[in-house]
Amino acid sequence: MQPLLKVQALSKSFNLRAGLFSRRKFDVLKNISFCLEQGETLAIIGETGSGKSTLAKLLAGADSADTGQILLDGTIIEDKGIRDQQCRHIRMIFQDSEASLNPGLTIGEMLNDCLQYNTNLDKPSRAEKIRATLNKVGLLNDHQHYYPHMFSGGQLQRVALARALILDPKVVVLDEALSSLDPSVRAQTVNLLLKLQQDTGLSYILITHHLSLVRHISDQLVVLDHGEIVEYGKTRDIFQNPKSKVTQKLLSC
Amino acid sequence: MAKFNLFSEESNKSPLARFWRKFKSNHPALVGLWIFIAFAILAAAAPLIAPYGVNQQHSDALLIPPSWHEMGDVRFILGTDDLGRDVLSRLMNGATYTFGLSVIAALITTIIGVLVGTFAGISRGLRSSFLNHLLDITLSIPSLLLAIIIIAILGPGLMNTVWAIILALLPQFIHSVRNLIVTELSKDYITAFKLDGASNWHILSRGIFPNIYEHIVVIFTMALSTAILDISALGFLKLGAQPPTTEWGAILAENLGLIYLAPWTVGLPGVLLFLAVLSTNLVGDGLRQVLKARKAD
Repeated sequence: MQPLLKVQALSKSFNLRAGLFSRRKFDVLKNISFCLEQGETLAIIGETGSGKSTLAKLLAGADSADTGQILLDGTIIEDKGIRDQQCRHIRMIFQDSEASLNPGLTIGEMLNDCLQYNTNLDKPSRAEKIRATLNKVGLLNDHQHYYPHMFSGGQLQRVALARALILDPKVVVLDEALSSLDPSVRAQTVNLLLKLQQDTGLSYILITHHLSLVRHISDQLVVLDHGEIVEYGKTRDIFQNPKSKVTQKLLSC
Repeated sequence: MAKFNLFSEESNKSPLARFWRKFKSNHPALVGLWIFIAFAILAAAAPLIAPYGVNQQHSDALLIPPSWHEMGDVRFILGTDDLGRDVLSRLMNGATYTFGLSVIAALITTIIGVLVGTFAGISRGLRSSFLNHLLDITLSIPSLLLAIIIIAILGPGLMNTVWAIILALLPQFIHSVRNLIVTELSKDYITAFKLDGASNWHILSRGIFPNIYEHIVVIFTMALSTAILDISALGFLKLGAQPPTTEWGAILAENLGLIYLAPWTVGLPGVLLFLAVLSTNLVGDGLRQVLKARKAD
């Protein structure tokens, strides 16, 4: 059976300025491959600078890879850095949800823009969709008239989630999205995410430092170190029996 | 789901409404805004509300001091000059030239500056750095000097002055707008907006402009106060408006010889110039403070 998301040999390097004219190539990601089934959660952990956030950006389409492919449901959506621009099945939630929302637009306008650019829905059905999505993430319909500065941190995370979900994606990438929340709100959000996963068969790619969270919600685990996958497998197996030194170090702290 | 209507519509303050509420609490800026509006009305309607014509001479009333002086005449509230022209009417009409033309010059600068600045902001590589470094060179010359150089090429005259001022103000304007756009473009919400499928035009019109137009207004007020000073300075140097045009700087220069005999003919245009620049700067400063306060919360 074809997995939902298949990442094959993804590599990315940045050109750094080393001297006046010389440039040094810096490999951020080297040969990354993994698969994700529908309704599963894949966690990516690693030290700071190991390329986690770059990987998240590549998956969401905010940046393009140098080589490698991303396949979704068997169709290629990115091949050697050329992305299918119409594909909105992988959506990303940013680390700082307030910074990722336009301060000059209300939530309703922002969600409406999303729908307008990507679907052929008419006005009443867009309004209905916005209402349904806000309810799905536990916000009220009235919240669509609010500006981002009027929300608290936890609510903003829900707004960001609503923005990701309104286009009915198959995969949601959470780039440290839960780290900035306090424990109770984080627990709430995690429960919301798990409920959505049960209801709609959503897949998550979770990028975090938070090991207990990883243990709690992820099915598979990728350990990144200096742009390379050092360990990849079932979360439970890796937690019980970490093979590489890097993983042991990460898990012990 | 929602049983109660807990949130009333009115409490949803848009960023613009919040901006105005904060601005209102800054009283000097508010007074500046009133003076500014008064000047704007004067600039638009001066010929209609001025008591006498600009060049109407009263041969029976030469060099009459302002009406509160014991030698004054109530017909001429601010007195007359050596040709028997009513100072009040001339000064009111001067607002059209000094203030009105400055506003027009600043507006044209804003339109061109925003267009070019946007282009410079979104372009990358060679084009961007060409625009930047070319403008950096002109930035090193003070705007008044630049305007004088342009006047030297175009020849003196009021309209030439306006063009010179527009050209002199543009580099700074383009630079500021470009910097605003570049900072804004690197923010997360633009990336998120791109991932929503927004085109370049959407990113500019719905993503960036709603968040920088206040900054553009602030730059506009700075450009305006420079324009007022430049236009009157050029008028004073006899490079801009020529007498008998009632531009305040030109009035100042024309009456400079009368400073001991009739100080009101020199002092009053000076006071008006001062007020025009002060009100513009107060408004600009108030706007800047609100922007700063908004960044903090």
